[in-house]
Amino acid sequence: MAGEQTKASGQPRPPTDDIAFKKELVQLIPHLRAFARTLCGDPAAADDLAQDAMMKAWDARASFQMGTNMKAWTFMILRNQFYSEKRRSWRQSQLDQEAAERTLVAVDDPEAPVALDELRQGLAMLPPEQREALILVGAGGFAYEEAAEICGCAVGTVKSRVSRARRALHAILDEGAYDRDGAAAGDAMRSILADAERLSTVR
Amino acid sequence: MIEQRPSEERRRSSAAMDEARLRQQAIGVRLRQMFDEVVNEQVPDEFLEILRRADNRSSGNG
Repeated sequence: MAGEQTKASGQPRPPTDDIAFKKELVQLIPHLRAFARTLCGDPAAADDLAQDAMMKAWDARASFQMGTNMKAWTFMILRNQFYSEKRRSWRQSQLDQEAAERTLVAVDDPEAPVALDELRQGLAMLPPEQREALILVGAGGFAYEEAAEICGCAVGTVKSRVSRARRALHAILDEGAYDRDGAAAGDAMRSILADAERLSTVR
Repeated sequence: MIEQRPSEERRRSSAAMDEARLRQQAIGVRLRQMFDEVVNEQVPDEFLEILRRADNRSSGNG
């Protein structure tokens, strides 16, 4: 009903706008999926979240100004969706643990180094607001200012969250606090280091 | 208690701090790799299908 109202009262939306919007939205799907995966852990739940966010973005397309940062806009939608769902029914910490376990099983790429699993588990142990800040800035390629906009907080808050997240993650990985079936402490970190060295020399 | 900490330990913690920087970089590399791994996955058809249906619905209504 709300949609019809908008259509009836406002100018009919030029189809070219919808086409351009859709094209850009489609290109963002992989990024939305990746962001959702870091929030939910569980791939199926993450895809549900990404789909919901995609549809919310599509429904709200009239309020989006073409030419502005659609990636940040859709990430904000996805994040809001995640937290409103979480408020409703999710017991996050427990879910994160379970999701981390499932992620471990879900990784069937024989080439994937062990440390990636441990990084995922380490991430799952961070407080959600630190995790998302670190993901947005450290992996999503957002500037602090954009991440602040997405999270609806001050730039300084994002900066401190990222820095706390880095320290915490470091400590978790270093101490093997993720407690993975008696894996020796520090194994994950050594593996990550070795891999990062390999990657940087390739570059 | 604090005096009991030998300077040896302090030296070690300073070396650890140097190493920390390197480790943080390493975590950053892995973090991006983890994210990009999903970005590079093939998008399930479901996504485009849902969007296509929504698009048809809205143009049908208009």
